[in-house]
Amino acid sequence: MSGTDPKIDEKAYWRATLRLTLGLLTIWFAVSYGAGILFREWLDQYAIGGAPLGFWFSQNGAIYVFVGLIFYYCHAMNRLERKFGIEA
Amino acid sequence: MDQQFWTFGFVGLTFAIYIGIAIWARAGSTGEFYVAGHDVHPTINGMATAADWMSAASFLSMAGLIAFLGYGGSVYLMGWTGGFVLLAVLLAPFLREFGKFTVPDFVGDRYNSTTARVIAVICALFVSFTYIAGQMKGVGVAFSGFLGVPFEWGIIIGMVVVFFYAVLGGMKGITYTQVAQYCVLIFAYTVPAIFISITITGTPVPQLGFISDIPDQNISMLEKLNTTLGDLGFLEYTQSSKAMVDIFAITGALMFGTAGLPHVIIRFFTVPSAKAARISAGWALVFIALLYTTAPAVGAFARINFIDTVDGATYIGDAENYAARAAEITAAGGKPVPEWYKDWEPTGLLTYEDKNRDGLMQYRGPDAPDGLLNEVEPNRDIFVLANPQIAKLPGWVIGLVVAGGLAAALSTAAGLLMVISSAVSHDICRRTLFPNMSDTAELRIARLAAAGAVMAAGLLGIFSNTLGFVAEVVAFAFGLAAASLFPVILLGIFWKRMNREGAITAMLTGLISTFSYIYYFKFGGGDPSQYLWSISPEGIGFVFMWLALLAGAGVALLTKAPPAEIQKLVEDIRIPGNRRRRGPADRGMAPVD
Repeated sequence: MSGTDPKIDEKAYWRATLRLTLGLLTIWFAVSYGAGILFREWLDQYAIGGAPLGFWFSQNGAIYVFVGLIFYYCHAMNRLERKFGIEA
Repeated sequence: MDQQFWTFGFVGLTFAIYIGIAIWARAGSTGEFYVAGHDVHPTINGMATAADWMSAASFLSMAGLIAFLGYGGSVYLMGWTGGFVLLAVLLAPFLREFGKFTVPDFVGDRYNSTTARVIAVICALFVSFTYIAGQMKGVGVAFSGFLGVPFEWGIIIGMVVVFFYAVLGGMKGITYTQVAQYCVLIFAYTVPAIFISITITGTPVPQLGFISDIPDQNISMLEKLNTTLGDLGFLEYTQSSKAMVDIFAITGALMFGTAGLPHVIIRFFTVPSAKAARISAGWALVFIALLYTTAPAVGAFARINFIDTVDGATYIGDAENYAARAAEITAAGGKPVPEWYKDWEPTGLLTYEDKNRDGLMQYRGPDAPDGLLNEVEPNRDIFVLANPQIAKLPGWVIGLVVAGGLAAALSTAAGLLMVISSAVSHDICRRTLFPNMSDTAELRIARLAAAGAVMAAGLLGIFSNTLGFVAEVVAFAFGLAAASLFPVILLGIFWKRMNREGAITAMLTGLISTFSYIYYFKFGGGDPSQYLWSISPEGIGFVFMWLALLAGAGVALLTKAPPAEIQKLVEDIRIPGNRRRRGPADRGMAPVD
C-alpha cells in the first residue's frame, strides 16, 4: 500500500496494458473459436501427424497456445512495469 | 495380487496423507483460514488451483464424453482451459491487488452496496452448491464401483475426510492437501494413458500417440477410428452432429464460466501479490494441460479398445460359469464377452439386449450399413473407470485410478466448501449483519459454517441421483457463473463508470435468465426444437452473459456515476503495488498489503 508515485505515468501504463491484453485475447480467440470451431472444416484439409489440423487445434493445439499466452503475458507485464518504474 | 487389496491400499494411504497435512496446517486466524495468509508460493498455488479446478467430471467423465462425442467433446477441452487465459489477463491480478477475502467482498466493496454483496453471495452459493453435488456424487460412484461400499457410505467417508482438513485448516489446509491431491490424480491419470498409448500406437507419450499411426499399418490412429465407426454406423470421430453455433456457445459458456467460478478466483487471493497471481495462473494451466492434453488421447484409445473387445463377442449369461464358458468359446475360435464387462455389468453402467437373438453382442450406430440394431448401451463414465481393465493393465493401476478419482472429487469439493463457508461467515455474518464481530468469533463461525457446508454437500450428493450424471450437473454451474458473476467483476475492473445499479441489474439479469432457460429445458419439459438460436442449455450462459453485460452497462449509463473515491479505487487496482485505503469501499474491512 505504498502511496502513488508521482513519476508513474498511470494512463500510459494502463493503455499499454490494455493494448497487450487485447492482442493476446485476439490470439486466444483465433486458436480456439477460430481454428477449432469456425475454420475447423477448412483447416481439416491439412494434417499434423495423423490428425486433421482443425480437429487437432480443438483438442490439443489450442491448449498449448493458451499456456504460451499466459507466460508471454507475465513476461511482457514485467517488462512494462520495469519500464514505468512500477514495483509489483 | 488382489485388485481390492491395491485399491484399499492406495485409497487408505492417500487419505492418511490428507489427514496428516490437515493436522500440520491448522489455521490460526481468519486470514489463514480464508486466504492461507496470502503467502502461498505461485507455483504451489498453481498446482493447488489445478487440483481445485479438475473435478470428478474432469477425471471421471471427460475422457468418456470425448470418446462418445469425438469432435463434439472439444467444447470441454477448449472451454475448461481457455478460461484460464481470461482469468490471467482480465481478473486474477486485479482482484488480488484489491486485497480482500472473497468474491462478494469485491462486488460489495467496489459497488459500495449491501444489496450487490448479498446478490453476489446468492450467485456464489448457487454456483457452488450445483457444482459440489456433482463432486460428492463422484465420491459415491468411486466408492460403490470399486470398493463395494454402498453409495451413501462412500459419500459419508468422503465427508469425514474433507471435514478434517477444511474445518481445521481452512484455505491453508486445503491448499497443501490440494497439492498432494494433484500429484495423486495426475499420476493416476497419466500412468494408464501411457500404457494404453504404447499398446495401441507404440508411443509412450499419449499426446503424440494421438496423432500417430497404428504400428505396421499405414493408417493413423484417428483415421482407423473414423473408418471403424463408419462401418458400425456411427458418425466419424472427427465430426460432430451439433450445430456450429451451439459448439461455439458451449465453449464460450465454459470458458467465461471458468473465469467466473468463485472457488477458482479465490485461489488467486492466496498468493503474495498481483504479479504472483499472474504467473500462478500460468502454472495452474500448465498443470491442468498435462491432464487436458492427455484426455483426448485417452478418449480415442478407449473407444477403439471398447469396440475391439465388445463388438461381435459372444455373451455369457450370469447363470453360466464365466471361466469355463469363456475357454469354450475361445477354443471354438470365438470371442467371449470380456471379463471387465461382466465385472461392471452389475453397476448398471452397461446394458446388453440380444435383439436379434444370435447370442452375439452387436455395437452399432444409428446408420449401420449392415442394418443391425445396437444391442450394447455403455454409460459414458465407464470409459475411464473400466479403461485400465479394458486395456488389461495390472491391478495396482486400477487402485491408483480409484485414488486419483477420489483426489479429484475431494480437492474440488474442498475449494467449493471454502466458498460456501466464507459466504456465510464472512460475507453474510461479518460484512453484512455484524460488522463489529471480532476476528476470533469470525474464525469460530467460519469453522462451524465449513462443518455445516460439509453436511449439506453430503446430503446433496446422496440425493443427487435425480440430477443426471456428473458432467451434466457440473455444466449447470458454468452458465450461471458466466452470466451472473463474470460481467460484474469484469466491468468493475475495466470500466470506472460502472455503478451499483448497473451491477445489480447485470447479476439479476444473468442469474434469472440463465436459470430459467436451463430449468425449462432440463426439468420443465422444454423441447430442443424450442431452443433459442438452436443453443442448448449448456451454452446459454454465453448468450445471457452478453445480455447481462449490455443490461448492466445500459442501466449504469442511465444512473449516477459512482463516487470519486470508488473510481480512484478502480485506478488503484489496475496498477500493482498501488492500492491505497479508500473511504467508502474500505470502511468495513481494510485491504491487506
